[in-house]
Order: sequence, then C-alpha cells, then structure tokens
Amino acid sequence: MTFVRTIATAMLLSVFASLANAEPIKIGEINSYTRLPAFTEPYKKGWQLALEEINASGGINGRSVEIISRDDAGKPGNAVKIAEELIRRDNVVMLTGTFFSHIGLAVSDFAKQNKVMFLASEPLTDALVWSKGNDYTFRLRPSTYMQAAMLAAEAAKTDAVKWATVAPNYAYGKDAVAAFKQVLTKLKPEVKFVDEQWPALFKIDAGVTVRALEKSKPDAIYNVTFGPDLGSFVREGTVRGLFKDRTVVSLLTGEPEYLEPLKDEAPKGWIVTGYPWYAIDTPEHNAFRKAYEARWNESLKMGSMVGYNMMLSVAAVLKEAKSTDTNALIAAMKGLTHDTPMEPITYRDADHQATMGSWVGKTDVIDGKGQMTNWRFIDGASVLPSPEDAKAMRPKG
Amino acid sequence: MAFYFAQFLTGLASASSLFLVAAGLSIIFGVTRIVNFAHGSLFMLGAFIAYSVSQHTSFWLAVTMAAIAVGTIGWCMERGVLRKLYAAPELFQLVATFGLVLIIQDAALWIWGPMDLLGPRAPGLEGVVRIFGEPIPEYDLFLITIGLVVLAATWWTFKRTRFGILVRAATEDPEMLQALGVKPSTLFQATFFIGAALAGLGGALELPRQPANLMMDLNIIAEVFVVVVIGGMGSIIGAFLAALLISQLNAFGILIFPEITLVAAFAAMAVVLIFKPYGLMGKLSIATPNAVEIAPPMTFGRIGSFAGVSLMIVLVALPFFAPSFVVVLLSDIFIFALFAAGLHYMMGTGGLISFGHAAFFGLGAYGAALVVKGFGVSMPMALVAAPVLAGFGAIIIGWFAIRLSGVYLAMLTLAAAQILWSTAIQWQSVTGGDDGILGIWPSTWATDTTAFYYLALALCSTTICALIYLSLGQHGLLLRATRDAAPRAAALGINVKARQWLAIIIAGVSAGLAGGIFVFSKGSVFPDVLAIPNSVDALVMVLLGGLHAPVGPIIGAGVFALLEDGLSRLPYWRALLGITIVIVAIYAPNGLAGVFSKLRVLRTKST
Repeated sequence: MTFVRTIATAMLLSVFASLANAEPIKIGEINSYTRLPAFTEPYKKGWQLALEEINASGGINGRSVEIISRDDAGKPGNAVKIAEELIRRDNVVMLTGTFFSHIGLAVSDFAKQNKVMFLASEPLTDALVWSKGNDYTFRLRPSTYMQAAMLAAEAAKTDAVKWATVAPNYAYGKDAVAAFKQVLTKLKPEVKFVDEQWPALFKIDAGVTVRALEKSKPDAIYNVTFGPDLGSFVREGTVRGLFKDRTVVSLLTGEPEYLEPLKDEAPKGWIVTGYPWYAIDTPEHNAFRKAYEARWNESLKMGSMVGYNMMLSVAAVLKEAKSTDTNALIAAMKGLTHDTPMEPITYRDADHQATMGSWVGKTDVIDGKGQMTNWRFIDGASVLPSPEDAKAMRPKG
Repeated sequence: MAFYFAQFLTGLASASSLFLVAAGLSIIFGVTRIVNFAHGSLFMLGAFIAYSVSQHTSFWLAVTMAAIAVGTIGWCMERGVLRKLYAAPELFQLVATFGLVLIIQDAALWIWGPMDLLGPRAPGLEGVVRIFGEPIPEYDLFLITIGLVVLAATWWTFKRTRFGILVRAATEDPEMLQALGVKPSTLFQATFFIGAALAGLGGALELPRQPANLMMDLNIIAEVFVVVVIGGMGSIIGAFLAALLISQLNAFGILIFPEITLVAAFAAMAVVLIFKPYGLMGKLSIATPNAVEIAPPMTFGRIGSFAGVSLMIVLVALPFFAPSFVVVLLSDIFIFALFAAGLHYMMGTGGLISFGHAAFFGLGAYGAALVVKGFGVSMPMALVAAPVLAGFGAIIIGWFAIRLSGVYLAMLTLAAAQILWSTAIQWQSVTGGDDGILGIWPSTWATDTTAFYYLALALCSTTICALIYLSLGQHGLLLRATRDAAPRAAALGINVKARQWLAIIIAGVSAGLAGGIFVFSKGSVFPDVLAIPNSVDALVMVLLGGLHAPVGPIIGAGVFALLEDGLSRLPYWRALLGITIVIVAIYAPNGLAGVFSKLRVLRTKST
C-alpha cells in the first residue's frame, strides 16, 4: 500500500513538475520607448527576432521565454516603479533593458536593493560597472570609456597636436571627453586641448558653436554630439569650412541611427566608431542580416544588434544556470561566453562588463549614402582595463 | 573685431528663428490669454510637413505650404478644443493644450517614424558670403531678413489695419471689446491661425538648420516661453528684443563659459523679471493679475468628511488584502497627491500659479539624499531635512516671486526651477551630476513595502489634512482675500505680500516632504526631479482634479498616476492619455472634483 502511494505521489509530482516546466520563463524589460524611439525601436525589433528564434527552437531547458516589455517614458522614477511591478506582480526572473545612463543606474541600484539580476543593455555610463557597480548588474554594450579609448588610439596615429572637443552638456558627453583626453594624453603626451564646447543636449546652437571652435584654430576636433545635434553640427560646420583640412574624430557617428539620416551630406573622412552592417561579410552576420530583413523589412541599426545580443545573453545565462534563482543566474553570468552575429562575447568576472566590441573606420559617401570604409573590428577586451584595475574601481564589499 | 561681428550675425540668425515662433505664442496669449503648451508641437509639425512636401516639390513652396497647413491645424485646435473652454477657469486651457502636446507627439511618430529627417538646404542659399573675411552662410542672412520682415509686417498690421486694432483692443480689454459688439470668436480663430502659421513657418525654416525630429516640440517650448516673458506677454517688439538678447547671450557666453548653454536663457529671464516685473515691453494690464478667477470659498461639508474618513479606513486596511504591487503604486500616488496638494494650496486658495513646483520637490529630494550621503543620517532625520531645505528654497524664491503676479510669477518659478536643475547637473562633486545619487533606501524597519506604505500614508495624509485645514480656516480665508481683492485686503490691514509669501513657503515645505519620501521609495535621485516635465505633471494633476475643491489634488494625482500606469502598456499610449485629458478638460471644466459636486447638486435637486 505504502509502495503504491509512493508511486502515485511520484507520478503526481512529475505531472506537476512538467506542468510547471511548461510555464514560460518571464523576463522583465524596461526601456525609453516613447522618449527615444529612434534608438529603442530597432532595439526592440532586435530582441523580438531573437526571442522568436529561441522559442521556435524549443525554448530553454524545455520552457519557452516570455519578455514583458514596458515603457519608462524617460523617467527614472517610472522605471523603478515598473521594476517593482515586474518582480512583484509578474514574477520575472531578471530585469533587462534601459537606454539612458541615469535610468540604467536607477534600475541597477534597485536591483541591488531587491537582490534581482539586471542586465543593462544600452546605457553607456562607466559608473554602471565601475564606480557605482554592484554584484547584481551586468552591462552588454561597449561603454563610453571603451569607445572613446578606441578612437583615442586612432587619434594618436594622426599628426594632430592641438585638439578641440565638442560634446553635449551631460554625463555621457563629459565622460566621453574625459576618457578621450586621458587615453590620448597617455599615448601622445605632446597633445594640447585648446577649446571645449558644451552645447545643451539636443538643443545645439550649431552656428555659434562651430564659430567658437574655429576661433581656437585646432588641428583636430573630437565630436561627441549625436542625433539631431549631429545633423545641425555637420551642416553648419561644412558650410563654414570648419572640417576643411582638419582631422575629425567622432564618437558613435558611424552607427546607422546617426549616419543614415545625413544621407549624401554625411561627412567624409571622419574617424568614427559605428556599425557597417552593409559591408560585414561573415556567415554569422549574413544569417542575422537575412533573418532581420526578412522579419522586419527594414535595414539593420546598431540598436538591432544590441537588442539581439541582449536576448542571446539572456538565453545563454538561463541555459547555463539551469535555474532561475538570482544567485545561480549571477554565478552563471560571471565569465559567461556566447556567440553573437559579431565576435563571441564574454561577461567579465571582474567588473561585469561584456567584451562586446565595435567597428572603427572612416566615413564616406557611397551612392548618396553615408557609410563607413576602411573599417576594422576592435574587440572590446582589448580596450578594457585589466581585471585587477577594473576591480579596484568598483566599490568595496 | 571681424570675428565678433560675424558671431553677432550668427546670433542674429538664431534670434530670428526664435522670434518667429515666439511672436506666434505672444499674439495668441495676448488675445486669448491661453498659455499654449502645444506651440512647440506646432513648430515641430511645421518642420515635418515642410520635409514631406519638399520631397515632391521645391523647398520654398514646401515652406509656404507648411505655414498654411500648420495655421489650419491651429485653427482646428481652436475650433475643436479650446473654444469649448473659454468659459472654464482660464488656466484650465493649459491642461487641454498639454493633452494636445501628447497627441501630436504620437501622431508625428506614427506618420513620420522615429528617425531624424534631414531636409534639403535652401536652394540658392547654400553658400557663404565673406563679411570682413569671415564666412557667413547666405541662409543666415536670409533668416535675419525674414525675422525683420515678419517684425515689420506684424507691427504694420497691428498699427495700421482694422484687424490689428481689434487685436490690440482685445489684448488690452477683451470684455470691453465684446461689449462694443465685436464678436470674439472670429477674432480668436484668426489669431490662432496666424499664431500657429508663424510657428509652422518657424519650424519649416528651421529645416535647413536641423533635422526634423520628435524632440523639437519640447526642446523649443521652454525657450519660447522665456522669450515671450522677457519681452512682455503680448508684445511683438518685446519678443524680438528678447529673442535677440537670449541668442546673443548664448553666442558670446559660450566663448567665455561653454557650459552656459544650459542656463543662460533662464538666468536672463530671472534677472529681467526682478528688475522689470512685466518684461521689457510688457504692460501691467496684460499680466492678468487675476489668472485664477474669483471663486466661492471651498467647502468640505459632512459628505466630504464622511468620504474622507471612509477613504482613510479603506487605505489603512488595504495592505491586508491587496497584492503587494498595488501597495507600491498607492505609495507613489500618496507622494504625488502631497506634491500636488501644496501646489493646489498656493494656486487654488492663493491664486499664485507656479510652473516650477518641481523646484521644491527636487530640493526636498536632493536635501534628503545629500544628508544621507554627506552626514550618514538615518531616514527620519532625512525626512526632516527635506522639507527644511525646500522651505528655505521657498523663502528665497518666494521673496522674488511675490513682487510679480499671474503668468509672470509662474514664469519666475519656472526660471528658479531651471536654475536649480542646471545646478544639479553642473555641480557634479556634490550632486553627482546626471549620474545622480544612488543607494538612498529606507531604514530597515521601513524597507518592507507595507511598512513604507504606512509611512507614506501617515506623512502624506497628515500633511494634506493640514493643508486642507489651513485653506478652509482663517488662514485660507485671508489668503483668498489677497487673491480675489488684493487692494481691499490691504485696506483691511492684511499684509498681502506676507500672506502670499507664507503660502509659497507652505507649498514649498509640503512639496519638499513629498520629494523626500519619493527618494526613499525609488532609492535614487537624478536632476529630472527638478525638470520641467515634473512641474507640468503637478500642474496637470491639480487642474485635472479641480482647483476649487479641497480633494482636487488627491483625485487628480490618483487619476493621473493610474491613467499613466494603465495606459503605458499600450502602443501609442501618450496619444490615449492626451485624448483622455482633452475629453476631461472639455466635459469637466471644473476638474474631476467638479463633476462629483455637480452630481451631488443634481441629486439634491431631484430629491
């Protein structure tokens, strides 16, 4: 009798277990979809594509994956409220997303307080993994420092000595200029920085900014403006001859989000970081491009790649952890390596930063479109500080 | 020398494009007294429409068509929405225009997509002219000319034509004009058409200078407000001078102090308002000292008390049966209700409008965060520091603000909030700049959501009750006297300015407390607590709830927060929120609380 009961219980349990397994794994995703649709919409399409592929191939450990995606409207307070709702009501196993650095930091601090894992996909601030890093937060995209360091290495190869900088007056701009100065001065101690301009974000008065830069007669210009500011800056600078016979080094300008809108007026010969999706010819990337174009009927953006990779990281860590427990997920995430349509990436144990790299090249206009030429891929690991140095920058304890 | 002359010309070109948009806003305000938040949206539509048309035809035709199309949209706005609100309290139209901002944002995203659209250069004006050897774009010279032409044309229209004389009469004394038999509706429609067309023209002419993008609306609106206020509301020449002042300040300021870009315009506005309280060319009569209309004293009554007590019982019992997320959401609503209640006190009872209430909320939030980080004090002490710092800020801001009235006072508070906002960004060593201050979590006894819920409920409900008590009691009656009949109040021995000052301080202290609690509920603080959208949210909550009902801010905060939370799961939710706000504005002109009291009146009548 006891034996029969044991068998029956075991059978019942296994039925329950398989029922439980059929429940999808829920992931919470928060982003500024309405505040900055130009960058977040391609991002969303990227992770949606990856999600569909993962679920079509049988999900993870026999369970499908569900993303609950919410709009924070660009407000950190909203993002934290949504994060609470996602973990309390929707019972998500981890959080991901965010674009703005301050929202990324707010969610990261929430994750630490509530002991839930957070994979920051897009925010660029260095503080996220270094000065304000915590155990629960990981970051995918190459940080401000990494991208600035890639450009500083290229800048050091030019003859330019007198540099002027122009960057939006907020944390990302400040960090990007500081990192560039630091790395370039180390590589080439004789450089001088003769002027810096800080236009308000998305409110550049381009004419007067261009003239202020011209006044300092620099050999070269380091630009961090992006979005609509970049369009204004390029137009006013070109018509006033600011870029003539000058080296220009420009952060993120090669990303299709920023380069494409400039059409045939895209600057020529600028040294930029970006994403030359039209020219990358590897089997992994070709497959990704084909799938994306078929699914959405539009061309790739940088955001598409970040969104796709985010989803791959989520899948990889769930597979590796074989559990949805936060501690198991964090343990699995440290040192996690997985393939992407780019090179494989690794989440460093020391500072939780992924080694996702970027492409560096020169801008040109080809068939009336702004494109990157002479580009090469730079592995993120090569521009990151050593694990020891990175660990030293993180808060103790 | 040549360099500085060229810099001046470049500044002049920017001034021209700013002036076009500001002139439209100024005309609309002068005639209709509507503070049109959607003016920036009309500017953005001008750029997008010009972009689309220019893909098929010449740039110049596109500019003309964009101006006409946007003028027509403005005309429709007046006919479809704002006309229905002329009987409502004056400020209420502001809520409707805020709803229109949201609708237009999503409509533009839906029609033109998320990417920036770089328009064509102006044909024939692509090159540069050398003036004293400095390259000046031809298009800049064209913009300068257009600015001067529009200035001359509007000046001539207002001085020489019958229409202009009517507009001026309407600006000076709208009621007298109606009494003389001029139909205001035609005048208002024409004004809206012209004002909107100027915004559309400004947007279209901006196309060769910046890509059409979805952030143009909110980026320009604050700056345009500043121009209109510095110039003096309703004054075209004033708007031109103000646009010139701001653009030149920016053009030459960045040569000395490049970081000035964040704050130049607002600092200039604060200085001008302190010395010229009605702007450079403004007149006292247009300043609408009574922007909040005379209203009967607020009452609470037996039904109100009963409802209040029942609500408290429900709220106290709620955590025992509601899911934990509802508890979190309600804690948020308490904080917003308190934030709105302070503003309601100074606006509803005192008639003192604020467009910068976020200043006090932010001071409280940063105050709490800074004492925790700097002195390591615990949460209760920080929650004392928050209202103290905000109250201190209110003493200073209030001291300057009470010299002004109406929309000018509101704009000075906006300037104060913007100056604090840019300080929070620039003073990185103390405030952490944009990266904010992290790790401000409640003491261990209040970490649990239910514990925090009771803490927020206790603090917010006590303070809100105190505010209601104040406005219903003698203090509120005295304050009301200063609002409805300042000279008589003064004659009766009431110190009008002191009463108003006190009201601002009380509002500041309560917003500061709300800010303090907010930090502990979110764990971090960023400059956005001080930014314009936060002030606008408070304003919308107060007006949505009802300016003349004691429970207005509670209803307003609750409905606004629930709407935002509920709708934000849907695509194009901002448009849905905007439509809801517009509908409420049209059908509940006394706010949602007004609907309830109307129902009550109906019921009393039928029995």
